[in-house]
Amino acid sequence: MSRSTWYLLALAAGMFAVAPWIINAAPNEATMGLVYKIYFFHMPSAWMFLVSAIVAGVASIRFLFFRKPTADHWAVAAAELTVLFGAFTLVSGPLWARKAWGVWWQWDPRLTSSLVLFLMFIAYNLLRRYGGPGSDKLGAGMAIFAMFNVVFVWVSVNYWRTIHPPTSVVPSLPVAMGIPLWFCVTAFTLLFIVLLRMRARLEHQRARVEALYLAEES
Amino acid sequence: MSAFFRVAWIVMKKDLTVEVRSLEIVSTTVFFAVTVVLMFSFGLVVEGRAVRDVAPAILWIASAFSATLALGRTFERERLNDTVLALLLAPSDRPALYVGKLAGILLLLALVELFLVPLVGLLFNAPIFAHAGRLFLLLAGGSLGFCAVGTLFAAMLLRARSRDVLLPIMLYPMTVPVMIAGVRGTAALLQPAPDLAMAQFWLGLLGAFDVVFVVLALWTFEPVMTD
Amino acid sequence: MATGRLKAASICLCMLLSGPAFAQPQPPKDFVAVDESQPGEQIPALPLMAGAYGFIWVVLLGYVWSVGRRLQKVEGELAELEARRK
Repeated sequence: MSRSTWYLLALAAGMFAVAPWIINAAPNEATMGLVYKIYFFHMPSAWMFLVSAIVAGVASIRFLFFRKPTADHWAVAAAELTVLFGAFTLVSGPLWARKAWGVWWQWDPRLTSSLVLFLMFIAYNLLRRYGGPGSDKLGAGMAIFAMFNVVFVWVSVNYWRTIHPPTSVVPSLPVAMGIPLWFCVTAFTLLFIVLLRMRARLEHQRARVEALYLAEES
Repeated sequence: MSAFFRVAWIVMKKDLTVEVRSLEIVSTTVFFAVTVVLMFSFGLVVEGRAVRDVAPAILWIASAFSATLALGRTFERERLNDTVLALLLAPSDRPALYVGKLAGILLLLALVELFLVPLVGLLFNAPIFAHAGRLFLLLAGGSLGFCAVGTLFAAMLLRARSRDVLLPIMLYPMTVPVMIAGVRGTAALLQPAPDLAMAQFWLGLLGAFDVVFVVLALWTFEPVMTD
Repeated sequence: MATGRLKAASICLCMLLSGPAFAQPQPPKDFVAVDESQPGEQIPALPLMAGAYGFIWVVLLGYVWSVGRRLQKVEGELAELEARRK
């Protein structure tokens, strides 16, 4: 692993280690009390979830249309991270909702759209794992479709829900709560970059090993 | 340009000719759709009356399941007879192959829906002839969207392992907007006081989806099918 | 090995954090059984918080450990192959 990756990893780890204290220092919210603090990890996770999906889509375009073989490694890494951060979002969300709304799940447009995007990338990962040879191109096609589909999913789910009153998930934040939020956003962004590089490197090294084996056989 | 459509026409004609001779996929898919409707009926009819607003959902879900099966089996036929290589080696625009395949599958699905719509209307007392034109447009738009994505994925999966379960896994989340638009649009048409404006909105969404995804599929078919 | 220690640490963390997650209190007796309870007082916040943060921490550490381990293995294989070529 390159030195810059180690530095970023150390920095991200440090920020995550410090995060509990910074989150603890934030004041309790008026109506929701303590539980809203899940938000400090929930929202950065959701952002990284979306960013990861976009990275996977862009890398897939580069792989499929611009024939860059290494782009596929970034796509695989980003797709795996999409599922990771998606899991964080979809687990922390309902746990917060249980207290805030009284139910584990509501067909809220944002949650539902996230669930659909999450399922699409689980499908991508299953395809890459079990699809056999050639699934790199297939996966790239699918990731591109998923990226373009985000808008349609959002619009359709949004209007599907207009019969029921939309619930406001995100309260407007005062400054005292803004600091821990942006701290966590920074920590998660660093984490995402580190994990992406590590995971892409894994793919890249695997490709090199395969190439060497092939060279040995011939 | 005309060469493109000629190739697409030839591919479609080939599929239809093979199908007309045996009627295998058509008959089994239609009957499959009927059994799906029956299963849903037993699940959703309580004390002799159907749960409210259930007819559109059953119609679209039965169509989606039937389309998935038909897609898998149409391409399976190509794979078994080893004709895929011949198709790909043909000196023609690859996307033309895609259009030909898509047209064939759409015709098949249209036939299935021709049976499904009256059946669902009959079993659930749904006023399917009230706004037949708009209903037809919704079904056409939804089927096109679903099959546009499905044909590409099924073609992509032709040489993959676990292809029969991977197709639905990949297809269903991707076509969520089509299903939502189709079901809600049909529900707006079939409800006691039809909401035509809402149906129009969903029809518009389906149209946009179709345009975007057919174009995307045409772009990606070539690089994805090339080794 | 460092990875072995990391593995042990993540298992301990998992056990520590699962405790509060399972310590759910019984609903009060006069509460009529309804699917959706009133948002607010009856549901204690701490198990939910612990569950959310705990899940994220455990899965994150597990993932980092998994990627690190696989990376180590592959780089070892790569070094061996390159040594063989020389």
